[in-house]
Amino acid sequence: MCFKFTEENLSRIEAARKKYPTALAAVMDTIYIAQEQNGYISNEVMEEIANVLGIDKVNVLSVVTFYTMYHTKPMGKYHVQVCTNVSCMLCGAYEIFDGVKEKLGLDHMQVSPDSKFSLEEVECMGACGYAPMIAVNEDYFENLNKEKVFEILDSLK
Amino acid sequence: MEKIVLPEIPDFNQIEIYLANGGFESVKKVFTKTPDEIIDEVKKSGLRGRGGAAFSAGLKWSFMPKTTDKPKYLCINGDESEPGSFKDRQIFEDNPFQLIEGAIITCYAIGAKVAYLYIRGEYHKWIKLMQKAVDEAYAREFIGEKMKETYGIDFSCDLFIHKGAGAYICGEESSLMNSIEGLRGYPRVKPPFPAQRGLWGCPTTINNVETITNIPAIIKNGWEWFSKIGAPKHPGTILFGISGHVNKPGVYEFPSGMLLTDLIYNVAGGVPGNKKIKCVIPGGSSMPPLRGDQLEGVRMDAESLKEAGSAIGTGGVMVMDEDTNLLKVLLRISHFYHHESCGQCTPCREGTGWMEKTLHRIDEGHGTSQDLDLLISVANNIEGNTICALGDAAAWPVKFMITRFRDEFEKYVKKDIFIPVPNKVHSMRETASPLADLHK
Ligand SMILES: Cc1cc2nc3c(=O)[nH]c(=O)nc-3n(C[C@H](O)[C@H](O)[C@H](O)COP(=O)(O)O)c2cc1C
Ligand code: SF4
Ligand code: FES
Repeated sequence: MCFKFTEENLSRIEAARKKYPTALAAVMDTIYIAQEQNGYISNEVMEEIANVLGIDKVNVLSVVTFYTMYHTKPMGKYHVQVCTNVSCMLCGAYEIFDGVKEKLGLDHMQVSPDSKFSLEEVECMGACGYAPMIAVNEDYFENLNKEKVFEILDSLK
Repeated sequence: MEKIVLPEIPDFNQIEIYLANGGFESVKKVFTKTPDEIIDEVKKSGLRGRGGAAFSAGLKWSFMPKTTDKPKYLCINGDESEPGSFKDRQIFEDNPFQLIEGAIITCYAIGAKVAYLYIRGEYHKWIKLMQKAVDEAYAREFIGEKMKETYGIDFSCDLFIHKGAGAYICGEESSLMNSIEGLRGYPRVKPPFPAQRGLWGCPTTINNVETITNIPAIIKNGWEWFSKIGAPKHPGTILFGISGHVNKPGVYEFPSGMLLTDLIYNVAGGVPGNKKIKCVIPGGSSMPPLRGDQLEGVRMDAESLKEAGSAIGTGGVMVMDEDTNLLKVLLRISHFYHHESCGQCTPCREGTGWMEKTLHRIDEGHGTSQDLDLLISVANNIEGNTICALGDAAAWPVKFMITRFRDEFEKYVKKDIFIPVPNKVHSMRETASPLADLHK
């Protein structure tokens, strides 16, 4: 077992822990913190989360596998998310998704060999009025067209 | 027209500006009254939930037990994952303090010491904005243990943000509670209702972000004022998020009961290229779609939309012009519900999959008229037979889209009715008995 939380992250977990009457409830926050530190949630990471919170590892596993924003495999440095749900689709999201697929040479949930990019087709992101949109890691880019998306991708170093 | 939820005051999201415009005055007013008086006030105002079901907020609060030794909780639902909805994020961005003030008032009214604000995980930016506002409110001692001194009363409450992690189903109230508890977001069987057994088995109230943001204004101006705005049976303003084929998509606040056509043509600038409208979904993708040629006179409030054969939902209006391929739209919607079904109930887990597969077959050109009836029958078998309303949400678009646009869907399927006949050659072939060898 080699994954250990940094001191700073341990105190963040402690703070999250204080929001709830049970340790289990802090599991979602803790998984986020672990994912930030490690990039993805491996077996060892789950074990350490369980250790730190004093809960069963199976509880961590069940949560990690339920929610789409937790990754059990490494993702690219830039995780590109293209929304193709109805409002975005009406405004040309599939052209964008196909364009990005071709440009990056990736399909849904694939990672480029140099680990720079990963691609995900996502459900509605709550940006329907500013469609079509993509998100790169945590940032939203809205009111796009294919050219603008390519510009964004080119600007990522 | 006065805006209640998103006032047009520059920098209203800065605490100084919020205070200068009467911010946190309603909280003070509330503390001079009893919780029951507040519940009564909200009940009489006629405020109905903005999260989908349009249930009376005051009535919901009154279900909370008055005498209990258990802690009570408030959950504020900012999961906002319904396709077509993007209004709550505008509140996080432009009016966070009114939401916080509303949360304090609601906690006081229902007797909760802790409120959780559940925000969808993808909203990183808005979670940060909201957290900053909450920290500011703590620093100024408007909330938390220290508010007792600030207001000189024996009541305090805390507000914590809980970050979701990408599951539409967590917007469903019982799933949301499981998610806060650190479990998979599986909806719970009701009853017991959250007011009886909610978070950690304690009495809990769940309200949408926009619902809670309305509260300080109701307290400030009184229930009579609020009840006179918009449609009498569904009063107040509503945040309409309009998207799809319109010239000026976005979030607009207007009194309930406004004409849908007004919203599309006057507010959102009409359809690009002056095209005709084929279809409108008036309240987020779960709500039954309306035909473009039947929009005249439809008003945007719960009662009128019910009459028109749909529902207000989250007020997310999706407009589709005459060139839209409705099969592709319905396929995309069905894919969404199949993907988001939590899998607990068989009708929803299997039915959403079969609806998607059948629509996919039609999309590939192998559909028949019978498939359309099959889809409606699958939808009917899901509706009402599941633990939570996601089942209905998946069934309605399929059922109503196909029924209301049957003419269009017939074009996507083969005209001639295809009757599956057993393969004759195959049925006449002798099947070797596995026991044949033994009898030799
Ligand atoms: C599948 C599903 C998803 C839902 N998503 C949301 C949501 O994202 N936000 C929300 O406020 N309500 C959502 N609801 C409705 C909630 O269950 C609940 O009725 C609502 O939050 C109550 O608040 P209100 O009375 O203020 O409207 C959803 C319901 C279902 C069945
Ligand atoms: S209706 Fe669907 S989403 Fe709701 S509990 Fe059943 S399987 Fe889960
Ligand atoms: S449909 Fe793409 S953000 Fe809502």
